[in-house]
This record gives sequence, C-alpha cells and structure tokens, in this order.
Amino acid sequence: MSQTSTEIAARVGEILDAHEGMEGSLLPILHAIQAAYGYVPRDALPIIAKRLNLTRAEVHGVMSFYHDFREDPAGRHVLKLCRAEACQAMGGDRVAQHAQNRLGIEWHETTKDGRITLEPVFCLGLCACAPAALVDGKVVGRVDEARLDAIIEGVR
Amino acid sequence: MKIYVPRDAAARGLGADDVAAAILAEAAKRGIPVELVRNGSRGMVWLEPLVEVATDAGRLAFGPMTPADAPALFGDLAQHPKALGLTEALPWMAKQTRLTFARVGVIDPLSLADYEKHGGLAGLRRALTMDSAAIVAEVTESGLRGRGGAGFPTGIKWKTVAEAKADRKYIVCNADEGDSGTFADRMLMEGDPFTLIEGMAIAGIGTGATKGFVYLRSEYPDAIEVMTAAVEIARQSGLLGPSVLGSGKAFDMEIRTGAGAYVCGEETSLLNSLEGKRGIVRAKPPLPALQGFMGKPTVVNNVISLATIPVIFEKGAAFYKDFGLGRSRGTIPLQIAGNVKHGGLFEVAFGLTLGEIVDEIGGGTATGRPVKAVQVGGPLGAYFPRSLFDTPFGYEEFGAKEGLIGHAGLVVFDDSADMLKQARFAMEFCAIESCGKCTPCRIGAVRGVETVDRIAKGDTGAIPLLTDLCNTMKSGSLCALGGFTPYPVMSALTHFPDDFTPAMKEAAE
Repeated sequence: MSQTSTEIAARVGEILDAHEGMEGSLLPILHAIQAAYGYVPRDALPIIAKRLNLTRAEVHGVMSFYHDFREDPAGRHVLKLCRAEACQAMGGDRVAQHAQNRLGIEWHETTKDGRITLEPVFCLGLCACAPAALVDGKVVGRVDEARLDAIIEGVR
Repeated sequence: MKIYVPRDAAARGLGADDVAAAILAEAAKRGIPVELVRNGSRGMVWLEPLVEVATDAGRLAFGPMTPADAPALFGDLAQHPKALGLTEALPWMAKQTRLTFARVGVIDPLSLADYEKHGGLAGLRRALTMDSAAIVAEVTESGLRGRGGAGFPTGIKWKTVAEAKADRKYIVCNADEGDSGTFADRMLMEGDPFTLIEGMAIAGIGTGATKGFVYLRSEYPDAIEVMTAAVEIARQSGLLGPSVLGSGKAFDMEIRTGAGAYVCGEETSLLNSLEGKRGIVRAKPPLPALQGFMGKPTVVNNVISLATIPVIFEKGAAFYKDFGLGRSRGTIPLQIAGNVKHGGLFEVAFGLTLGEIVDEIGGGTATGRPVKAVQVGGPLGAYFPRSLFDTPFGYEEFGAKEGLIGHAGLVVFDDSADMLKQARFAMEFCAIESCGKCTPCRIGAVRGVETVDRIAKGDTGAIPLLTDLCNTMKSGSLCALGGFTPYPVMSALTHFPDDFTPAMKEAAE
C-alpha cells in the first residue's frame, strides 16, 4: 500500500496535535514521525512548517543537521557500529571493514535485498566492552568478526 | 530467593537478558519462587553479566555469567564455577569511595521505596528547609565543579541563575555524553535515575526554576527508557509536580532525546537543539545562566554534577569537600575503557596518578601487550604516554600537562596503536561533527585531515603546518570542538614523533 499525501497529512497532523504547546517541539516531532514511518517523508515538511510557523527550509535545515533523521526508508534492519576511539583500541576498524566486506556495502548504504542498513555511530557508552554495536536499537558488546557474522545471520 | 541481574546497557550488551531468562526458567522448573531485580551495574564491566544472590551474609557475586551457569545458582553457591564471593569485598569495590554512585547497582532503579531506604530524598528534604541563598552557598562550599569536562564551579553558575530576575527559569541536564570512553552518565541514569531527578529538583528550588529538561542522547535507548519511567513515577509520587514533596514549591521535568549530533554536548548548541533548532553553537556572552533556554536564565549542568547534589545535601558540603586534591574537590567517577583488562567505572577521590589508574586498577591492556597511550577526556582529550603516568588526576594537574580530564573517561591503547592514525581520526571526527558556525573548526578540521595525510605520505615539511593549524583552531574556535581537537593531535605529535616520521615508522615495522 502506498502512503498517499493525504494519509501523511492526517498522521502527521495527529503527531503535531500531540505536541501542541510543547516548548521547542521540533525534534520530538521529527522523532515521532520517524518512529511512525521509519523516516521523515518529504511531504511531512510543509505540514510541520505551517503548524510551527517556520519556513520549509528551516524545517529541512533542522532535519538535515542531525545524523539520526532519514529522508528515505532504511533497510529492514539497521546495524550501527561504533567508530569511536575506545572501539578502535579494541579492533573496531577491523570489524567495521569485515562488516563492509561481508555485506558488500559502505557506510550509510543498504544491502541490495533491502535487509540491512549499515551506519557508523560515535559512542554507545559501551567503551569497557568494546567494540560495540546497536542492532535495531539493541546493544551488543565485544563484537568481533564471529559475533558480527552471527548478528548478520540472525536478522532476516 | 532474591537475585539481581543488571539491566545496564553494558550488561545487556554482554547477554544479561538471556541470563535473566535462564534464571527464571530454572526457578520455574524447580518450583522455587525468585524475586528477580534488574539493578544497575556495579561497574565491573569485565565481569558482566554480574549476577548477585542475596544471602544473610550479604550479596554474593557471580560472573561473568552465561545462561548455562544459571542452574548452578540453585545449588551450593560456594561451589558455583563463577562464584566471586561477597560483592562489597571484591577489591574493585572495596577500594572505591562511592558517593555519587553509592546506590548504582545496589537498588532497584525504579523503586522509589528502595531509593529512600538507601538515603534517597534526604538531601532534597534538607534543601526544602533552606532558602535559595543557603542552597547555593552549600553547593559553592562543597567545591563541586562541572563534571561534564569544563570544571566550572557549580555554585557560581547556580548563583548567577538564582540572582537573575525573570518570569521563567530552567534547569537543563546535559546528558549528551558523546565522548568515547565515557559512560558514567549512562550508568547513573540506568542504575539510579531518582538521584538525578532529586538533584535537578534541588537545583530548581535553589535557583527558582520550575521546569527541567534532560537532553539525553539517542544512542542511549536503555537510559531513555529508565529515565522516562522514573520521571513518571516521581510525578505520581509527588516528588515532581506543583508541590515537590508537599512543600508548595513547583518543579517538573521532561526527558528530551538528542538526534546524533556530538556538538550538542556543548551547552549552547544543546540549548539551540532543545529549542528545536539546528545544534549551532552560540557565541558567549550572553551566558546561558542569564539567557539560556528560550532566552531565560538557565542552569546547564552535566548528569554527574546534578547527581552529586543529593549526597552533598544529605551529608553536608564539608563532608564532600574533604575528599580530593588541590582545587579538585570530592570524588570523580573514572571510566576506564578501551584496550584494558579490567574496564569499568571506579569512583574515587581526585588525586590518583594516571599510572595507578591504568596499571593497578585497570590491570594493563586486555591484549596483554604494553600500554602505548591513554586518551583522557574523550575525543578532544590528549593522548598521554607512559612518561606522564605520574600525573595526578585533577583538573589543574592535567591542564599543566597540556591535557584535560574532561568527563573522566580513559581510553587505553596498546603498542599496536598508530598515533598518526589517531591524530587523523581526531581531525576527521571534528570535520564530521563541526556545527559549521566558525571557520577554524569547519575548514580547519578538513585541512587537518589533508595535512595529516601529507605527513603520512612522507612530507615531513607539513608537520609545522599542522602545528600552526592547531594553534589557529585552538585560539580561534568558538567552542571546545574546534578548540580542543588540537589536544589529541598535538599530544600524538609531541609524545609519539616516531609515528609521524616515515623512516622511523618503517624501521619500527
């Protein structure tokens, strides 16, 4: 079923209603829309802009500033690998290279079958059990090549 | 039978949920009633998942546990293959001074009754009997300095906000703990969320602010879950709301989620983000204490600063001030991470030397190879070589060695680390995360990566250029991102010059 712009208008409208009166509501609104769709549909931007009395460019500017917000849907699963120093000290770069080779994609790309999107992340706070990963929002510590293979095999 | 299995993200990342499920399944099979508490972590990450069983003698620790180790918990505990003895008697625990983290790993994070039983709310109750000036004076007297990294005296900040005249004031908790090697904020929020709520309530009452925000990074889904639940419980129990603990004084708060921008850990950028804008750094002045969130007087404090407030009010400023060295008063939760044998959180008075922390507490590297460098204070902190291991842990002491303690994270590297690569990463990270407002940071970081690449190709003539660029970034950037990126770069270059000289590098290989 395709998401028509009327459907987006209705659903985004409900999300905007739920955030009415909140101080500095734009980030919570974008998070809520992304939680609903998996990304922020382009059609949502003018609706948000109108309600918050901003220009569409301003809303786009905010959205594009933050790494978290997507303009397009991700794969069915999102694998985030930490690239920060504590993970580097434990072979994080090697594991990341292994992931890219294994999946045949670079950072921010999705496998051809739409199964996995690979994202870099800078610190998950699991620095004493590095390297760390976040698989569909679940944390995994001490990720070596074998564990990474198991993660990739484990999501369909 | 009462069993504790941490719900801390590090424990979960190492399989705590599977262990908890295995314990419950085994208990059901044997028909033994079990009260399973999902506590915070005790901070011994190399032993996670660390399971504890309550006994008459105290809590017994077992770890690192796997689901296969669960059945033996129902047999003779002394014979359990993962038995470690009494938790409190473990050397890691016994050597600490746990003030801020006193309850983390001990209590059920979401039980307000448990919280109160372990000293919670005593500080807030005392603060409610004091006037604003006395509350601020108590914080000043304690010597507490900002634990986010800048080390600014917390009492002075509160005083500025308390004395500012405005119709609304705010307390903003900076929980955008983006520095690699740091996880104290995360552990505290997951293990003892009411401490942070209590600290923010005291800050509100002391400065006349009635609304608080916790700006919590999206990379911490577990902390977001616990904090959100805790705020709801606090509201229902009257700890937050129009009349805090029936005092007639109002304070409430919201949890807000960041969106993956490192620079939002900088306070003015955080405020813009909280207002729903791009996380662009603001020029100071005006100070956030006078014109912060929505242009109103705002206290912006780190999680650990705010979470230390309750113990200061419970035990008194003098008690807290007695710990520490020089102008670094009280305790600091060290986070020992990276390539280290015993990694985790260790709260202790300021003053241990870097060598004691890395070699004795951390036990050296996980790989068993020699320690080459320790990056202290996150991606903007300096790399310390072994020759500086006698540096005592304190704000001024690290500053004197061209470094910083930052949020007290330590990332250990063994001798396989290439310091030129680390210097390049520091510049690359700055280029990715720069908010773009000031030129030294936005352009400087990009040129920095290029310059390090030239050096890597054997162009040693580019070394003075890199030094010059670092000077420009250090003195010309608006905030710590561009201003402090030179710390890791210059420390790598100064202390490990061989890694920047191709001939020396080849000889070493």
